[in-house]
Amino acid sequence: MSEAAPTVAEAIQAPAQVVQRSSWQHLWYRLRRDKASLTALVFIALVIAFAVCAPLLETVTGHLYDAQFRDTGLTPQGLPVGPNSEFLLGADYLGRDMLVRLAYGAQVSLLVGVLAALIAACIGVTVGLLAGYFGGWVDAVLSRFTDFVMAIPFLLFALALVSVYGASFQMCLFMVVFFSWAVLGRVIRAQVRALKEREFVEASRSLGASTPSIVVKDVLPNLTEPIIVYTTQLIPSAIVFEASLSFLGLGIVPPMPSWGQMLSDASQNSMYMVAPWMLVSTGLMLLLTTLAFNILGDGVRDALDPKAGRRLLAGLRRKQKPGKEAAHG
Amino acid sequence: MAKVLLQRLGYAVLILFLLSLFIFLLFYVAPGNPARLIAGEKASAEVLAQVTHNLGLDRPIYEQYWRFITNAFQGDFGYSYRSKVAVWALIAGRIPATVSIVFGAMFIWLGIGIPLGILSARHPGTWRDRVAQIIALIGISFPTFVLGMTLLYTLYFMPKQAGFTLFPAGGYKEFGAGLWEWGSHLILPWFTLALVTAAIYQRLTRAQLLDVLGEDYIRTARAKGLKEWKVVYKHGMRATLTVLTTQLGADIGYLLGGTIIMENVFGIQGVGSLAINAVKQQDRPVIIGVVLLGGFFIVTMNLIVDLVHVGLEPRLRAK
Repeated sequence: MSEAAPTVAEAIQAPAQVVQRSSWQHLWYRLRRDKASLTALVFIALVIAFAVCAPLLETVTGHLYDAQFRDTGLTPQGLPVGPNSEFLLGADYLGRDMLVRLAYGAQVSLLVGVLAALIAACIGVTVGLLAGYFGGWVDAVLSRFTDFVMAIPFLLFALALVSVYGASFQMCLFMVVFFSWAVLGRVIRAQVRALKEREFVEASRSLGASTPSIVVKDVLPNLTEPIIVYTTQLIPSAIVFEASLSFLGLGIVPPMPSWGQMLSDASQNSMYMVAPWMLVSTGLMLLLTTLAFNILGDGVRDALDPKAGRRLLAGLRRKQKPGKEAAHG
Repeated sequence: MAKVLLQRLGYAVLILFLLSLFIFLLFYVAPGNPARLIAGEKASAEVLAQVTHNLGLDRPIYEQYWRFITNAFQGDFGYSYRSKVAVWALIAGRIPATVSIVFGAMFIWLGIGIPLGILSARHPGTWRDRVAQIIALIGISFPTFVLGMTLLYTLYFMPKQAGFTLFPAGGYKEFGAGLWEWGSHLILPWFTLALVTAAIYQRLTRAQLLDVLGEDYIRTARAKGLKEWKVVYKHGMRATLTVLTTQLGADIGYLLGGTIIMENVFGIQGVGSLAINAVKQQDRPVIIGVVLLGGFFIVTMNLIVDLVHVGLEPRLRAK
């Protein structure tokens, strides 16, 4: 850094100057022009608010999430009551308030979805960096391990794990993470292999930079965009994965409600046939949340990776720019 | 070329070996003695020791594993702790149901996904593309069990309430019971699985085909006056086959190990429900057998895909 960086005042006075934008700035700049992504973001914000307000809902309705209202929540025949003024979304088969449970379920879904995606991304990036940068036996071992994880029938394996150690929140999180990082690991590995041959890495090396410094300061910043894209796309699949595990009774343990578990309650003895609200509210919530994250994931990909995203015009563009270099190695 | 395939075969064997070791260790370090489960809570110490001995659980781990793996190579996966039936026989009895679900659904998802993808790619940016993409987005976001329950409610329960039967509620009827019996019980599971999976094929086909249609050789094909359908289906689609077969192999391999959620929702006695029951009953040999079978299907399908790629890609053959 021989030249002094322009001060803020200088930068403001020279508006024509080209500003370097970070990946995040690019992302926000493009994302806010995309109506579908914005709608998805608003919906996700609403779900977050709904989840945060769960204790509030509990207080307002006076219905604890695992309290059973056998008098008011169940009909004299013992069937759950439908949506009414007391139970806005109806009650479940034990006379519990669906609305309150749905809100607590939102906490679980969002927590597992986001947390699992972040942890899986960290593991995937680390494995990909090590395998891609060092190559040789490190790459051989890590790549075979990645292949191995991808060859595990994950739902069956989850069954086996739960049969041994029992279901719990931690176990559920662990399983979602364990079967989510592999794809990202492969993508990062391929990118790193291409990046490490580039001139700027060679320049750093010839200047005497240490390997950790090259990996962290030169290679990693160039991976920001694929990492953001893939992590966003991991969230909806993690949410569905958790819901599937809980649906099969392998995920979140009662009394903590989760959407998968509530849907499992609905399917027990085909309860949803007589109490369809048990299926509709939870199923719709799960579907819309996954949909919102998928739309956002597509939006993020389109914003950060114009090659993959603007495929709409790919055919035309290609004709105009025949010498376009491939974005991926 | 042959060398590459041999290498792949080696990896496949290695991965299966690792999987068997992994699952074996998992159960070995697991808390709780399976002998207790078989002998019963009230069994005396002598009975318990006898059962443990009979199961070979008192031997060192490498001996147990060696016995397990040598038996497995001869097709002997042990016996169920509960029903005392051979694991292999239990699984074999369940395979027809699972295979019926998977391959029936496969035709539907290919039949929906690929044409929708072609439609999108041929008219990018138009309303047809938008509709196809929205369908795919919804399909990708739909959890299988939610879709299954929704279809059951709308296509089985609602007609039934109105006084007529459209589809049976579920269950599995053997092929021997007649084509109609077999098929009508599987239509809802087929469509549930197919609609969710078709979305992936729509996206893959669209992305690949759009890339390919911008290539020079497609321009050449058009320039020499080939009919548009021939350009798209003969020259364009050929290039998408590699990606589509990779995905298909992965999907089939994974699903053959047990369509667990489908079988749960529709009450079908397949490999997946066998696994679920085994877990509920702590029936370890059955769980190990099903997991290994699932791994075997995944690995085998990957190998088959590799072979198919050699047939599809002249560049691979030349190597």
